[in-house]
Amino acid sequence: MLRRAMGLLARPIAASGARSFSTDLPAAQTADAMFVEAWNKVIPNMDPPKTPLSFMQPRPATPSSIPSKLTVNFVLPYASELATREVDMVIVPATTGQMGVLPGHVATIAELKPGVLSVHEGNETTKYFVSSGFVFIHANSFADIIAVEAAPLNQIDANLVQKGLSEFTQKLSSATTDLEKAEAQIGIDVHSALNSALTG
Amino acid sequence: MAALRREGRRFAPLISPRPITAVRSSPFAPSHEDEDPIGVRYISTQVVRNRMKSVKNIQKITKAMKMVAASKLRAVQTKAENSRGLWQPFTALLGDLPSVDVKKSVVVTISSDKGLCGGINSTSVKISKGIHKLNSGPEKETKYVILGEKAKAQLIRDSKKDIELIITELQKNPLNHTQVSVLADEILKNVEFDALRIVFNKFHSVVSFIPTVSTVLSPEIVEREAESGGKLGDLDNYEVEGGETKGEILQNLAEFQFSCVMFNAVLENACSEQGARMSAMDSSSRNAGDMLDRLTLTYNRTRQASITTELIEIISGASALEG
Repeated sequence: MLRRAMGLLARPIAASGARSFSTDLPAAQTADAMFVEAWNKVIPNMDPPKTPLSFMQPRPATPSSIPSKLTVNFVLPYASELATREVDMVIVPATTGQMGVLPGHVATIAELKPGVLSVHEGNETTKYFVSSGFVFIHANSFADIIAVEAAPLNQIDANLVQKGLSEFTQKLSSATTDLEKAEAQIGIDVHSALNSALTG
Repeated sequence: MAALRREGRRFAPLISPRPITAVRSSPFAPSHEDEDPIGVRYISTQVVRNRMKSVKNIQKITKAMKMVAASKLRAVQTKAENSRGLWQPFTALLGDLPSVDVKKSVVVTISSDKGLCGGINSTSVKISKGIHKLNSGPEKETKYVILGEKAKAQLIRDSKKDIELIITELQKNPLNHTQVSVLADEILKNVEFDALRIVFNKFHSVVSFIPTVSTVLSPEIVEREAESGGKLGDLDNYEVEGGETKGEILQNLAEFQFSCVMFNAVLENACSEQGARMSAMDSSSRNAGDMLDRLTLTYNRTRQASITTELIEIISGASALEG
């Protein structure tokens, strides 16, 4: 198991003296040994390039009992909204419908559709509208939510949503090519999801 | 006579270990340099002054470039640090297999468009060539996709037939995810691949950039590795929600992974470029400062030597008159 292997092999950082990044988590794993060997055979004069594994903290192995909290990483291209936050539950808008994720959820890969993501911690709930993305739920109660765009619900303007919806409906009716129809349809989907998020 | 000589030319020996010899003035040739039969060369202060002016201008320019690079670095650095969380979930799920054995690898080399940024572009190109060598053999081929003018200039010389796509002027507009996604889409549409290896310089600090290679596998290879066990063996344990087939979701996943990894790579490379430019321009200003110091010394020595010579002539003339 990749994660278990990473947890067991806690080797020190590579001899080239790479300090860990302040924003990356400390690395406990050197680069893929096979790659380094193959590189050194073919190109002996240069140091091999580093690989992403050496910049990442390995995930903990699957515990034998179900942990009490779910650890959530919610990332966007521009920011990490939630980084290893321990929460009780998250509800993600998967393409098959709203999916609730609790600690001990079976390992899943799901694609997201435009909708509301809500994070439940104790008595508080934070809601975000996500445009689309993926969610990975790992067996060790880690959930990674990667969204292309997300905004907290209280920052969305209802009037603009209505305007956008009518605009895209009009575009769909006046669309000629398949591409235009598809774009207009996507616009309608997102705006109606926004609408239902604000009202529902 | 002395006035004429002062107006016409100034003679002084160059910086040399030999002592200052008496000046032989030639009334015919008002040249800047004159060669004494013993071999000492004299240079005029005008030449040194011109040199000093140009070196000072160069120093000002490089100092300004350093400050511009510093401010650009500040802007890109926050973006790059925020985007670092983006690729970690993919590596956590799919692992990182740079040594995977595939038939068609595509090396995406990320470099800058502008120069004067130290050695980062050469490093990227060397690593790309190394990966090409590593992955070539019978039945295996490696192609290049090049982002940036500098890598294009270097790779087009000897690997022209292996280049699939060249993309330049990436940083004309500020980098954002949409632009990079469109780029990723272009690459995915036009290039066939089993594994994409993205080569870039990861920004560690203002003075240190780490060449890195990120591997993105195509969905077929992911399936193959998952079935054969090994590192990706767990992937089958994951339930795949939605979509008609698992393959469709994996396809979307691979494309999304590529666009996220590209986004982070492009931002990190931009940071590294600005940081490298800062240190290159800084060492350039420092060198210009050193040169200016040496030239100032030469100038002063020249000037003082000619004044001394004039004084000697005047005094010896006067004492000859008194005689």
